[in-house]
Amino acid sequence: MKSGAKILFESLAKEGVDTIFGYPGGSVLPIYDELYDSDIRHILVRHEQAAVHAADGYARASGKVGVCLATSGPGACNLVTGIATAYMDSTPVIAITGQVPTSLLGRDAFQESDITGITLPITKHNYLVPRTEELGRIIHEAFYIAGSGRQGPVLVDLPKDVTTGTADYDMESDSLVSLRGYQPTLQGHRLMIEKAIQRIAVADRPLIYAGGGVISSGGSEDLVRFAEKWNIPVTTTLMGLGAIPCDHPLSLGMLGMHGTEYANYAVTECDLLIAVGVRFDDRVTGKVEAFAPNADIIHIDIDPAEIGKNKRVDIPIVGDVKIVLRQMLHEDNHESVPRQWNERIEQWKRDFPTSYPDDGKLRPQFIVKELSDILDGRGIIVTEVGQNQMWAAQHFCFRRPRQWISSGGLGTMGYGFPAAIGAAVACPGEPVFDIAGDGSFQMNIQELATVAQYNIPVKIAVLNNQYLGMVRQWQELFYERRYSYTELTPVDFVKVAEAYGVPGLRVDRPEDVRPAFEAALAADGPFVLDFRIEREENVMPMVPAGAAINEMILGERK
Amino acid sequence: MKPHTLSILVENKPGVLSRVAGLFTRRGYNIESLAVGTSEEPDMSRITVVSIGDDEAIEQIKKQLNKLIEVVKVTDLTYVDHVAREIALIKVQAEPGSTRAEVMQLADHFRARIVDVGKKTVILEVTGDTSKINALESLLDQYGIKELVRTGKIAMPRGSRAGAPKSR
Ligand SMILES: Cc1ncc(C[n+]2csc(CCOP(=O)(O)OP(=O)(O)O)c2C)c(N)n1
Repeated sequence: MKSGAKILFESLAKEGVDTIFGYPGGSVLPIYDELYDSDIRHILVRHEQAAVHAADGYARASGKVGVCLATSGPGACNLVTGIATAYMDSTPVIAITGQVPTSLLGRDAFQESDITGITLPITKHNYLVPRTEELGRIIHEAFYIAGSGRQGPVLVDLPKDVTTGTADYDMESDSLVSLRGYQPTLQGHRLMIEKAIQRIAVADRPLIYAGGGVISSGGSEDLVRFAEKWNIPVTTTLMGLGAIPCDHPLSLGMLGMHGTEYANYAVTECDLLIAVGVRFDDRVTGKVEAFAPNADIIHIDIDPAEIGKNKRVDIPIVGDVKIVLRQMLHEDNHESVPRQWNERIEQWKRDFPTSYPDDGKLRPQFIVKELSDILDGRGIIVTEVGQNQMWAAQHFCFRRPRQWISSGGLGTMGYGFPAAIGAAVACPGEPVFDIAGDGSFQMNIQELATVAQYNIPVKIAVLNNQYLGMVRQWQELFYERRYSYTELTPVDFVKVAEAYGVPGLRVDRPEDVRPAFEAALAADGPFVLDFRIEREENVMPMVPAGAAINEMILGERK
Repeated sequence: MKPHTLSILVENKPGVLSRVAGLFTRRGYNIESLAVGTSEEPDMSRITVVSIGDDEAIEQIKKQLNKLIEVVKVTDLTYVDHVAREIALIKVQAEPGSTRAEVMQLADHFRARIVDVGKKTVILEVTGDTSKINALESLLDQYGIKELVRTGKIAMPRGSRAGAPKSR
C-alpha cells in the first residue's frame, strides 16, 4: 500500500517527468511533502498562471508533456488562462490541482472550486479523481490523452483525502491505457492520398499552407522534402513558423493579418491549396469567402473536426501530419517541375519585401533583425502578445521547428516570460529570449523572482513603447487616433530587474542594440533589456479584420 | 434548420452529460430534448439529443462529440429509418361528470392511460412520437393542463443495423 501522493510521483516518474512548475497551498500539502523527497525538480513560480505557461513553454520547446501543480480554489483558478492558452494552441500540458477532501465536495468548503466544471470547455479532458485506487491509472490516461492525437491540456483534480489515502499501485497494469472512445487516426486514407497526388500533379499554381500541426507532429523535415520534391512554395501560419527555414527559396514567410504581401497574394491566386496541420483561423483567412477563392483545397489534419469547420475542403485527409506526408512522399515518383507560378512569386518577393524605414531611429523591426543576425539560427524566441509578437514573427529568421513559441490562438498577454522560463528549463544551453511589450511584461513581471532564484538564463527584450501598442495601432487606424486608455506610464525596467536581483541595460540608440544583446548573451543568468523604441511604430502590412487577405494596408517602404 | 436526432453511446463516467450538453450550448444551439439512460452494455449509457440546426452545424457538433474521450459512438438518426418515442404525464383539470368523461374519451382515442384520478384532476400517461403527444396536449389544453412532464425523445434505428449509419 502506498499513499496517493507517492503513487502520483511514481506514475509521473514512469511518464518520464523530470520537472514540474508549481505553487503550494493547503490542499496540496501532502503532495509537496512527498515532493520534498522526490527526484523530480520543482520550480517555484510566483503566480500559478506562470506555472501553467511555463509547463506549456517547456512542452513546446521540448516536444514532451509539460506538468504544473497548484492548490485548490484560488490556485486552480489562477491556472485557467494558461490552460485555455494551451488548449487553443494544442499544447500537451498536465495540470494537477489540489481539491478539498471528498467529504467536503460541494459544500463551498474553504478554497473549494469546481475546477473540472470551470475547465470543461478548455481542456481536452479532465478528471476529478474519486478514490486513491484510481489515481495511478488516471495519471497515465491523462498523459496518453494530452500527448497523443491532437495534443492538448488535461487537468487532474486531486481531493486531499485521495492523496493521503492509500492503495496499491502496479506500474505495469496501471500504465496500460485503453480507452474505447478515444482512438486517434494516424494513417491517412490511401484513396484520399492518391486523389491528392493526382490533383497536385496537374496543379498550375499550387501552394502549401502549413501550421502548428506540422511542428507538433515533428513533420517539418518531411514537409520541406515534400515541398522540394514538387517544387511548391510554402507559407506558414504564426504557429507554423520554423516549419520551413525562413531563408529556404520556397519559403514565403507568414500569411494572414500580418503576413507578407507575397504570401497573401499567393493564397489569393493559387489554384491548389495544400493545407497541412492548420485550422483556417480567422486571423489567417480574413474574409473566408475571399480566401483562396480559386483553389481546390487539400486538408491534412489529425483532428477530423477541423476538416470543413471554417472552409469547404475538396480532399480531406485525416491523420498525423508527419505520417501522412511520409505516405505521400512514398506514393509519388514525380519529378519536380519548374513553373511560371514560382517565378511570379519570386518577382513578388523582390517587389514587395517586408521592410521598414532605415533612418537612425530605434525601430523594433531593426532590434528583432539584429537579434536574428546575432543568434544566426541558434536559440529560442518566445514572445508576449501584441506588436512585439508580430514584429518578432515578421523579422526574425526561424530556421527550425520549436524555435518559435508564442500564444497564437488565445493571444495571451503575460504568456511569454513564463513560457520562456519553461523553454529555458527544457533546453539548457540554448539562448532563450522573451520578446516583450511593456504592457505584457507587466502581466507576469513577478517571475523575475523565479529566474533570479534558480538563475534561469532567460533574456527579456522589452520593446518599450509606453503603449498597449497593438490596441493603440487599431485606435490609430480605425478609431481616429482616440487613444482611449492605451497609454502606459513609463517604467524603468532596468531598475525593476535590479530590485529582483536581475541585471539589465537600457537602450535608446540603434548602435547600442548589438552590444546590448551581446551583454545579455554573455551574462550566465537572466537579463533584462529595456529598448526605448519609436512610440507610434505600427505593424505592417495589415489586413483589417474582416477584409480579404489581399486587401492589405501597407507601411512605409525603405 | 431542422430537428436532428442524435443517439450518443457514452461511457458511464461522471460529468459525461455536462460535456455532451456543453458542446451544444458552446455553439449557441438549443437542445430541444434530451433523454439519458442505460444501454445494452452495462457500463455504457445512451443519450438521445434533439437539436435544431442546419446540416453543416450538426455535422460539426457530431465531430466535436466524437472528440470527447467518453463518447464511443454518435449516430445521427435524422436520415435513417428509425422508431422514436417519448412518454408524457399530463395532469388535467377534469371534474367528475361530463368533462371527465370527455377527457377519458380523448385518452382512449390516443391510447393514453389514466394512471391517477383525483377529486378534480386526472393524470394521463401517453406514449408516442412527438407530434402525437403535441396533438393530445393541445386538445387537453381547453380543459386546463395543471402539470405536464415529458421524458424527451428516445430513438432507435429500425432493423438489424446497429452500426452508425452514414448520414445523407
Ligand atoms: C490578457 C490580455 N488582455 C488583453 C489583451 C488585448 N491586447 C492585445 S495586444 C494588447 C497590447 C499589448 O501591449 P504591449 O504588451 O505593450 O505590447 P505592444 O503591442 O506594445 O508591443 C492588448 C491589451 C490580450 N491580448 N491579453
